[in-house]
Amino acid sequence: MKGNSMAIDRRKFIKGGLLATGAAMTSPAVFSSGAQAAGEIKVGVLFSLTGGLSIVEKSLHDATMMAISEINEKGGVNGMKITAVAEDGASDPKTFNEKASKLVIQDRVPTVFGCYTSASRKAVLPVFEKRHNLLFYPTYYEGFECSKNVVYTGAVPNQQLSNFIPWIIKTLGKKKFFIVGSNYIYPREMAKVSKILIEKNGGQWIADEYLELGHSEWGSMVNKIKNSGCDVVLSNVVGDSVVAFYREFKNQGLTHDKLPICATVTSEIEIAAMGPEYAVGSYTSFPYFQAIDTPANKDFVARYRKFVNDPKAVTHHALECSYFQVYLWKQAVEKAGKATPEAIVANIGGQSFDAPGGKVTVEAQNLHTALTPRIAQWQADGQGKIVNAYDQPVFPLPYVAYGETESNLFCTAKGLDSAKLKL
Amino acid sequence: MLEVLFIGLSLGSVLLLVALGLAITYGAMGVINMAHGEMVMVGAYVTVLSGIWLGANIFVAIPLAFIVTALLGLLIEKLVVRKLYGRLLDTLLATWGIAILIQQAVRLEFGLSFFGIHIEGLGPGLQNVAVPEFLQGAFSIGGAEINRYRAFIILVTAILALLTWLIMYRTPIGTQVRAIIRNPKMAAACGIDVERVNALTFAFGSGLAGIAGVMVSGFKTVFPDMGTPMVVDGFLVVVMGGVGSLLGSVFSAGILGEINGLVASVTNDILARAVVFGIVIAIIILKPKGLFALKGR
Repeated sequence: MKGNSMAIDRRKFIKGGLLATGAAMTSPAVFSSGAQAAGEIKVGVLFSLTGGLSIVEKSLHDATMMAISEINEKGGVNGMKITAVAEDGASDPKTFNEKASKLVIQDRVPTVFGCYTSASRKAVLPVFEKRHNLLFYPTYYEGFECSKNVVYTGAVPNQQLSNFIPWIIKTLGKKKFFIVGSNYIYPREMAKVSKILIEKNGGQWIADEYLELGHSEWGSMVNKIKNSGCDVVLSNVVGDSVVAFYREFKNQGLTHDKLPICATVTSEIEIAAMGPEYAVGSYTSFPYFQAIDTPANKDFVARYRKFVNDPKAVTHHALECSYFQVYLWKQAVEKAGKATPEAIVANIGGQSFDAPGGKVTVEAQNLHTALTPRIAQWQADGQGKIVNAYDQPVFPLPYVAYGETESNLFCTAKGLDSAKLKL
Repeated sequence: MLEVLFIGLSLGSVLLLVALGLAITYGAMGVINMAHGEMVMVGAYVTVLSGIWLGANIFVAIPLAFIVTALLGLLIEKLVVRKLYGRLLDTLLATWGIAILIQQAVRLEFGLSFFGIHIEGLGPGLQNVAVPEFLQGAFSIGGAEINRYRAFIILVTAILALLTWLIMYRTPIGTQVRAIIRNPKMAAACGIDVERVNALTFAFGSGLAGIAGVMVSGFKTVFPDMGTPMVVDGFLVVVMGGVGSLLGSVFSAGILGEINGLVASVTNDILARAVVFGIVIAIIILKPKGLFALKGR
């Protein structure tokens, strides 16, 4: 008798087990919907909390966590609480790949919010594509990507440069560009787009120079800039090199009112790190600045400072994207009625949200986000004064360096049209 | 042209600033001190902290950083390095471990960040040091614009090199240090307290690194990892100049700096760095003991 019931139990167990394995093999979705029934949705949060990049990525992590806790306080998504599974990428692309696999395979999250550098995004991309999962990526980047498993909420080159270059030439009246950047893909792609725009607007570029990432000895380069006869410097320098660059610039007797640095990466973080007196009068183009003078943004800055318990914390572009992309995701889940990667991707297109920096919309064609380009001039208090802003969000063109236009998209809902891409 | 030469000189002076301390610890004691870059970093943080908490400028920070890093060096020598003399690889690993410890201590604010306490000026972020107004900008000599802060660094480096030379060649303790460089056992047999002299030498070398940190903080970014790349440059200078030779370090820093500046002015900095490495490799192959090697028996 005893043995018999055991046998039945085991048969039931095996049957159930088979079902479960079968389900697991079809899609991670079955499990996440199982999690939904329990009244929670698990999501992954993947930024570097340690290592060199943690300086910036910690703030992106905090902004994501803040959005999640705000949504939970207001009742969650369709009545379900969001549970964040936070992992540390440790400033190392290989670790990012491992942690992404862990989140997707072991934790079975339907979405991961994360990655800051292009190197880390490229490292996790295969995981999301192979497992049909979804990454929300909050950083401005060089474009040239068309994945159906990533929602890009940061700016692409045309959203940082399309009003910047014409504005420099027409409003500032500067025509001779010295382009300088750190030596990797983002600055090189930005330079490519800049050159197209400079030539189209009747300017000329007289040099295109690069220094290693993290280079902090700017003596020779600034001397070269000084003797080049340029009247504006377009900087795509990133990271701590920015600080050494601006300091050397002033120390060699150059001033921003005669020869302004116009930058695409210098944000509130770098300005605070170099000391604002070195940047006063220079310009940066980003869709978001802490100084945006709207009640919504002031409230956002105050809430962020309270959330991280630091009354001097600064907000910046990638941080704002990290925040609002969680809300875009929430809206897509609510519209879909379920939290599976497929359902979220199918419903994210066209989602709009009133972010701290204004309205943002995810474009269904290429899963990039329409943002409003702005230009700020840095002031003595370390904040930007907005001197120019587009009157509406600009359509994202990840392949603009290769001739993509709004009427001739390379990256569409069908994927990348590689026939149009002439390298 | 004058400007290019000046930039080269300034590059050389920064190299020498970091290498001076190494020339002493590596030269005199045969200790490959991987934590030397962290001493530079600590010196830079002393500048940041004294600026925030004491309202002091970099002139006050120079003696302060020297004292803090010299004491830290003394502590490291007494606790770790002393027990490992003559074991080159072991000291290398041990000091590397110390380097990581110091970095993390700054990043985690000595562990206080675990308790939610934040000390302004510490932590993983980028810090900045205010430079007095009269050291910002440039002045002109003979039509060339000379960067004031770089001129200041050259001046400080020259003073430090001179001071080190005076101590090493014009004081009794310097004589003892040089005796130890030549032959530690013989020096001990002649009645020199090798342990004590070594401890003081290590502290002095670390203190020089601290001053280097103060100077570097004025034009580079201050953050916990900043020292690591500098220690590599420092070793290049010492190895090329000849281990144990102060004059060698001065010359090789000057040569490397000028070559870097000249090549960078005609091509770019990346290529300049490659050329510098190439020259160092060539010199090590041709003169394995460096340009100014001591003759030993």
